[in-house]
Amino acid sequence: MRKTCLNMVYELAKQDERVVFVGSDLGPGVLDKMKHSMPNRFYMEGVSEQNIIGLAAGLAMEGFIPYVNTIATFITRRCFEQVAVDLCLHDLPVRLIGNGGGMVYAPLGPTHLATEDLAIMRSLPNMTVISPSDADEMTRFMASSLDWPHPIYIRLGKGGDPVVTGDQTGFEIGKAVPLRTGTEIQVLSSGVMSGRALEAADILAKQGISAGVIHLPTVKPLDNDAVIKAAESLMIVTLEEHFKMGGLGSAITEVLIDANRMPSNGVLRIGLEDAFPMAYGSQDELMQRFGLQPPEIAEQIKITMQERS
Amino acid sequence: MIHHPFSNEIYPNSPPLDDRSKEIRRLVIDALDGGGRGHLGSSMSLIEIMRVIYDDVARHRSDDPMWEDRDRCILSKGHGCLALYAALACHNYFPREEMRQFCHLPSRLGGHPERSKVPGVEASTGALGHGLSIGVGMALAARIRKRSNRVFVIMGDGEINEGSVWEAAMSASKHKLSHLTAIVDYNKIQSYGRTSEVLDLEPLLDKWRAFGFETVECDGHDVNALKDVLSKPLSTTKPSMVIAHTVKGKGVAFAENDPEWHHKSRVPADQIAAMYAALAEGS
Repeated sequence: MRKTCLNMVYELAKQDERVVFVGSDLGPGVLDKMKHSMPNRFYMEGVSEQNIIGLAAGLAMEGFIPYVNTIATFITRRCFEQVAVDLCLHDLPVRLIGNGGGMVYAPLGPTHLATEDLAIMRSLPNMTVISPSDADEMTRFMASSLDWPHPIYIRLGKGGDPVVTGDQTGFEIGKAVPLRTGTEIQVLSSGVMSGRALEAADILAKQGISAGVIHLPTVKPLDNDAVIKAAESLMIVTLEEHFKMGGLGSAITEVLIDANRMPSNGVLRIGLEDAFPMAYGSQDELMQRFGLQPPEIAEQIKITMQERS
Repeated sequence: MIHHPFSNEIYPNSPPLDDRSKEIRRLVIDALDGGGRGHLGSSMSLIEIMRVIYDDVARHRSDDPMWEDRDRCILSKGHGCLALYAALACHNYFPREEMRQFCHLPSRLGGHPERSKVPGVEASTGALGHGLSIGVGMALAARIRKRSNRVFVIMGDGEINEGSVWEAAMSASKHKLSHLTAIVDYNKIQSYGRTSEVLDLEPLLDKWRAFGFETVECDGHDVNALKDVLSKPLSTTKPSMVIAHTVKGKGVAFAENDPEWHHKSRVPADQIAAMYAALAEGS
């Protein structure tokens, strides 16, 4: 997903001379072709997140469309004030590409996990928050990102994640993507969790429980209509690789409460509890530890349905 | 404890304020009067810097504030906005009478300046340490577009406590942004007290030189000295840094060099009258 995203920056730059790339001390060789073919639109700056956000803001004020890339936790936390003031207050078309959203960097420990990025980015006026599920969707999103007039935070997965949106065409910012129909339960998810939601729905189907899956690649602005429609089922399940506090589940329940539309069996929010994930291992291992793999997801849904029926 | 001298001790022969400098300062007092609050000290130290940029150095058009070839001027120490507003009002970016609406609900002139709201304001500032990075981006944009416009970024001395300023300094130097001129309004007093005691900046000139800037220092209230150092970039290969030694509250004698006048709210009418009087009498 990361490689696809950065390759798309180069493709967009070839099409549109407003596109500029700004990185913060990324790995060697990143976007080498762009660096050599358009050196005045490729900037690899140092470990200086605050500066690159301000620098990108200055470029955007002059009509450029900067795509800024570094690790998700650093591009959201370290330079939060620059993102809030320089980008969001000015409402500039700067794109923040966050590598390793969620627990991708599990082996590197809690300093490198981005498990509150969606919460803090979606709290900012004018900010758009995108969390694609796979590389194909990333390609479609990037093509649609060029003329979006607001700042965007783009959460990247690890890469190599299964393609679960393959039959979709185009990408409309702010629109839900139904992936599976179901009658009793609607699972609403984003990012790589949508693939796991589909697997969990398969497990539930074998147990006689019908669960639909609605993928929400745009966390903000949320597709309110799709969320409210999902409330017609018995129960909504929100699923995210993120703290339950402030993320997708919070966003969805805010919509339901404001619309006064709650499914009869309520909402089950599945995500990370309010604690730093204090373990290493792989992303998959941490997912399992925190109940975010398909069997554990299906089990939680089944138990909750039984309790609430 | 190191006690660095105030600027009027460094430059005891600073020329007296002329009519133009007093005219701009009166507008600042008008805003303080109408708004009942404001960063008086932080604005008064800036007056000659803003005056020289807008009167003598920068290419700009008040009837076309977003003219593409204009020189960009970012007031990074946004709390000094009364000096910026006064300079813009003097150049007809908006009516002078608006200064008295400062900080009122319907006014576009807030306690910190906002782009897209106030004609001539290049960046919304107020959170410190942002302007130099934005200026770096603007200077890079000018280079990509092959434009010759200059970018001025004015920072406060307290402001450059922020680490982000030094990130931006390295970046400006790396890119050899010779069309970028940064200025420090070095009035030696930040909110709590003397900069030398809160977080000493010295040796300030050496720091900027070490960060790759061509540097110069001058009397920040001497109009001719400012014209000399600002009329063109100091280098063709490096960004410029002008350390302007200034006096906090300059022009209102009883407020000069007094941290209590960094920001004032609920300023009583007799003090406003005293300010106008002090400005009229002062030099």
